[in-house]
Amino acid sequence: MEMSQYLEVFIEESKEHLQSCNEHLLELEKNPGNLTIVNEIFRSAHTLKGMSATMGYEDLAKLTHQMENVLDGIRQSKIPVTPALLDVVFLAVDDLEAMVESISEGGDGKRDVTEAVRKLTLIEKGESPDEAAAKEEIASAAVAEVPLKNTYDEFEITVIQQSMEHGFYPYEVGVTLREDCLLKAARVYMVFEAAEKLGEVIKANPPVEQLEEEQFDTSFTITLVSKEDRSLIEKAIMNVSEVVKAEALKISSDALRTPKEQEPKQPANNDIREKVQTLDAPASEIEEQSDNKETNRVKQGNSANKTIRVNIERLDILMNLFEELVIDRGRLEQISRELDNPALNETVERMSRISGDLQNIILNMRMVPVETVFNRFPRMVRQLAKDLNKKIDLEIIGAETELDRTVIDEIGDPLVHLLRNALDHGVETPDIRKANGKAETGTIRLKAFHSGNHVFIEIEDNGAGISRDKVLNKAIKNGIINDNAASALTDKQVYELIFASGFSTADKISDISGRGVGLDVVKNTIESLGGSVTIDSELGKGSIFSIQLPLTLSIISVMLVEIQEEKYAVPLSSIIETAIVRIDEILNAHNQKVIDFRGKVVPLLFLKDLFEVPSVKENDAFYSVVIVRKGDKMAGLVVDSFIGQQEVVLKSLGNYLSGAFAISGATILGDGEVALIVDCNALIK
Amino acid sequence: MAEAIASELKIIVFQLKEKEYAIPVSQVRSIEKIQHITRIPGTAAFIKGVINLRGLVTPIIDLRKRFNLDEEEYSDSTRVIIATLGEIEVGLIVDSANDVLDIAFDSIEPAPEIVGGIDTPFINGVVKIEKRLLILLDLAKVLNENLKGPLNSIEA
Repeated sequence: MEMSQYLEVFIEESKEHLQSCNEHLLELEKNPGNLTIVNEIFRSAHTLKGMSATMGYEDLAKLTHQMENVLDGIRQSKIPVTPALLDVVFLAVDDLEAMVESISEGGDGKRDVTEAVRKLTLIEKGESPDEAAAKEEIASAAVAEVPLKNTYDEFEITVIQQSMEHGFYPYEVGVTLREDCLLKAARVYMVFEAAEKLGEVIKANPPVEQLEEEQFDTSFTITLVSKEDRSLIEKAIMNVSEVVKAEALKISSDALRTPKEQEPKQPANNDIREKVQTLDAPASEIEEQSDNKETNRVKQGNSANKTIRVNIERLDILMNLFEELVIDRGRLEQISRELDNPALNETVERMSRISGDLQNIILNMRMVPVETVFNRFPRMVRQLAKDLNKKIDLEIIGAETELDRTVIDEIGDPLVHLLRNALDHGVETPDIRKANGKAETGTIRLKAFHSGNHVFIEIEDNGAGISRDKVLNKAIKNGIINDNAASALTDKQVYELIFASGFSTADKISDISGRGVGLDVVKNTIESLGGSVTIDSELGKGSIFSIQLPLTLSIISVMLVEIQEEKYAVPLSSIIETAIVRIDEILNAHNQKVIDFRGKVVPLLFLKDLFEVPSVKENDAFYSVVIVRKGDKMAGLVVDSFIGQQEVVLKSLGNYLSGAFAISGATILGDGEVALIVDCNALIK
Repeated sequence: MAEAIASELKIIVFQLKEKEYAIPVSQVRSIEKIQHITRIPGTAAFIKGVINLRGLVTPIIDLRKRFNLDEEEYSDSTRVIIATLGEIEVGLIVDSANDVLDIAFDSIEPAPEIVGGIDTPFINGVVKIEKRLLILLDLAKVLNENLKGPLNSIEA
């Protein structure tokens, strides 16, 4: 069967299931007794097994199968949950991930899984005496045996058994219609509908197609799995008019087995047909199986949102098209202002409003919860803590906070670096923590939240904090700073030194962090995203690394300003406010012109000189100043006039002009002209 | 050059001061009239700035400045040739775009010393067609900021 068309879906879903495995395994580690978690993992593993077997990835299926056996053992309390066991399962999940990764990169998904399989088998064999016994237990727990009207093939039996394990009861419901019933097919449909409200219909005898074509006498049997009890089911089906009799019988799993063995001797016609179908289309069967489970889960959850998958490329194209529209919108707005025609103004205003809404929606569509980045951290932290012999709790807060996809793609690596840093250098080993009167287990808190036009991500640890002296010594030794300058630095400035390239404070170089290349890369990446990173720390109490990121990168709000005859755009995100300053208010300090702005001394930057703007106009007695900031530092950009605030589409200047100083990009204004976007981060040192 | 496989080369001929220059059509995206150019501070003098080319921000190079010819006011015949080189797309300001010609590869001669020296570093060769002398430009060298014409080196 041609499978390539399903490959993408397979990879996507496998990744989701593996992620869910990972998450639940971590949960399980915290509550080893919680069987619902085991069930969740089992479900993921099982679906994965089915999918990979269908797609022909045998190693993947083999490993998941073995994992499933172990999980099954846990579920039936045959195998106790121990850290050693979890390690093996984690190992298996790692292998699975590697295989899925290989498939998604176009590989064959083959991998030597014997080691993981062997370990899993050992666990399964060594500590769970006998699986069959477990199954029998369930069987005896079920209701007394009844002769079955339907016969079931293996697949159906599996489905029934699985639903029993999930707390559903299988029923055989015999339904008899009135002799003079005219629209039998319609009644059948209504019966099915009623039954499906209560659970899942697994099988019908005669088969559904025959029922629909009214090829039956007056009675038929359906097999239903449901959580309701039989009287309710009978009542619900009796409610369908022209049904004279509905009788629900519980099926026990023993009863299921027997007829299957007898099957070859007395095969019901339709069963053969069904069997053949099963052979013909194993893929669809398995899909159906996972579908069933999907619906079960949805029903349990009750509040699942309807979603569709859209290729991110399409969203990007949509975004690009919309950007073009935003440019034209600007142009239209300008034209309508010039023409001053009321009807045109009104239309353009409406259009602006609508496209504004549209913009919000499109931007929102590209928003992805940071969860997608965060969810791989618990595993990583667990592993690292193990390697480092530290006890660490990772707390994640605000994983639902949303960020533009472009930012999400870039933010993963810097966060990994910072987390590793916190693990390695921040949190102390248990004995040191004990000696210092702290709890043995350190906490790392990963927190994301919105604030204004920005998203903040904080990594907070309650570890050793940053030692000012240690940092300074190291910085001086590495020639990043000299002795004299060092003493004048504020604590914050000292912490900033950690981000200097060629800096590493770990006494020993470990393979986790401490190559001294990490943190300056972090800083560069974040700044290239238009964000910033700051450190706060208290010796002995811990440190907070705080990352500030823009919500989106492609459409930004700017303040348009005019310098002589040129127009520049200053991102609103870095503007504190604008001011008009009289020439006599300007003071001189060390050859630097400054102003007194609300009690603070703010240096002035004359953009006209900085950008070598050709002079055509005389200065008047006032300066228009845009006060901008970068972190704690402020500067006043002197311009000639303010034009106004506008939403613009950020365009790159391209490779050829990438060297331009203090220009972060360009945008196209309503009149079709290009305006440059001032990079305030580069202007403030 | 990749075009060497074919025996003929299609070129666009344009005018700068009194001389005629040419670049292969394969490198030309379009020819535009001059429009508002936004200056980019802190870039080489021959980079005039950027224009909005149908939504794309495109850098513009003034070839007169690049070749150290004296500057002239833009006129109605002034054109911007949008050329591509790999990933880069740039506009070249020229006095006028004159012609599209097919030339035989054999007619391309290596740049002779007599051309005048000013633009020699940017030249791939020359072509003589009847009485016209066409100078074939090497776009990569024109775009390379570090490569200066001889006049610049004299000034330095």
